[in-house]
Amino acid sequence: MGTAVFYLVAAVGVVSAIAAMAHRNPVVNVLSLVVTLFSIAVSYALLGAEFLAAAQILVYAGAILVLFLFVVMLLGAPAEPDAGESRPFQRTAGLALAALAAAGGAAVVAAIHAAAPAGALRGTAQALGVMLTGEYLFAFEFISVLLLAALVGALVLVKRKH
Amino acid sequence: MSRGLYLLAPMISVTVALMTFIVIPFGAGGDITIFGARLGGLIVAPDLGVGVLWLLAVGSLGVYGIVLAGWSSNNKYSLLGGLRSSAQLISYELSMTLAVLGVLMASGSLNLEQVVARQGGQFWLGAIPQWNVVPQIIGCVVFVVAVFAETNRLPFDLAEAETELVAGYHVEYSSMKFAAFLMSEYMNMVTASALIVTLFFGGWTFPGMGRFSGWPLLVLSLLSFGIKLAFFLWLFVWVRWSLPRFRYDQLMRLGWKGLLPLATLNLVWVGVAMTMGWIR
Repeated sequence: MGTAVFYLVAAVGVVSAIAAMAHRNPVVNVLSLVVTLFSIAVSYALLGAEFLAAAQILVYAGAILVLFLFVVMLLGAPAEPDAGESRPFQRTAGLALAALAAAGGAAVVAAIHAAAPAGALRGTAQALGVMLTGEYLFAFEFISVLLLAALVGALVLVKRKH
Repeated sequence: MSRGLYLLAPMISVTVALMTFIVIPFGAGGDITIFGARLGGLIVAPDLGVGVLWLLAVGSLGVYGIVLAGWSSNNKYSLLGGLRSSAQLISYELSMTLAVLGVLMASGSLNLEQVVARQGGQFWLGAIPQWNVVPQIIGCVVFVVAVFAETNRLPFDLAEAETELVAGYHVEYSSMKFAAFLMSEYMNMVTASALIVTLFFGGWTFPGMGRFSGWPLLVLSLLSFGIKLAFFLWLFVWVRWSLPRFRYDQLMRLGWKGLLPLATLNLVWVGVAMTMGWIR
């Protein structure tokens, strides 16, 4: 059951990820990305990381991509016209990069299979909370300060000069 | 602009509205056995550890239905309705989540059954039921207001403001697709009321429930939940016919300058009260 769901979700995730890049309509791109993130969330849930799954949907699919969609609609981005004739070497370069990415992916999968299984870790909210406020407190706080700095930086950048 | 998205929008709305109710406990099965199995608490998905987070996560997807409807209708009024709605939902989601956080801190669990269990039974000063609304009245008010905004009900229904946008995001919809939007709006109302009851008003618990068990407890808990739920549904209707619609800038000001600081204040208060031992 779990395996069947995984393959289904993985297929949906890959197809929607391709659609997120390849479709000519920007709104469809954003929506495909939503589907991709949703299927990643289901994968998290299958791994027992239920908090991560919920956070993934809540933060990415529910909030950030709504803003993406908001911007795309507000700017009224038109559907992209046909790209026309491709440049020389473009196809070759694309194929070479694809081969490189496939090799990298294979290496990652091999490394994962070689590593020892992580054991029955349950990514419940409680386990995660204990880790974030105990073992990884410094890193957690550091990242939050970093995000705050980025936020303040963005505000400074867009501030009009008087 | 796109027929597929036009048809997808009401489907998203209804699906999301149907998916949210499953984590809300609506009665006490207690130790009743049916066909040899213990009934337990009445809830659709009891083992969902993330409980409230599921509700917030799936609920946050509901905005896609409205935004897509607004965009795919290829109509200025619809688009404006959809855009307003997306900005509004994101603004009020923050305050809502912060208000929920206070309850979760006091309960120590994401599971709504635990949230309800903590509110039942004991009394403060022998007469006040131990509902979260008593220590967290600010959080409760913020949550109720935010939930009104999240369900797109008056005075926050700027997504369909008849006087300016004809009917907002669903101008171009008719027949069953239109009905699907209305259905999801009313289902969201029920879920929102159930959530208010569960988080702040003790869920299915009621004063003096320690004296009952088995089938009488089941019936009375369902009744208790139903009466509270009906009260908040009535509140939705009452507010709708009492208050005029906000202007858009007022809506944003209320969300960011009013509710968000209040929700943060509530969070600080709960933290202080828990540290000092005022809230168990």
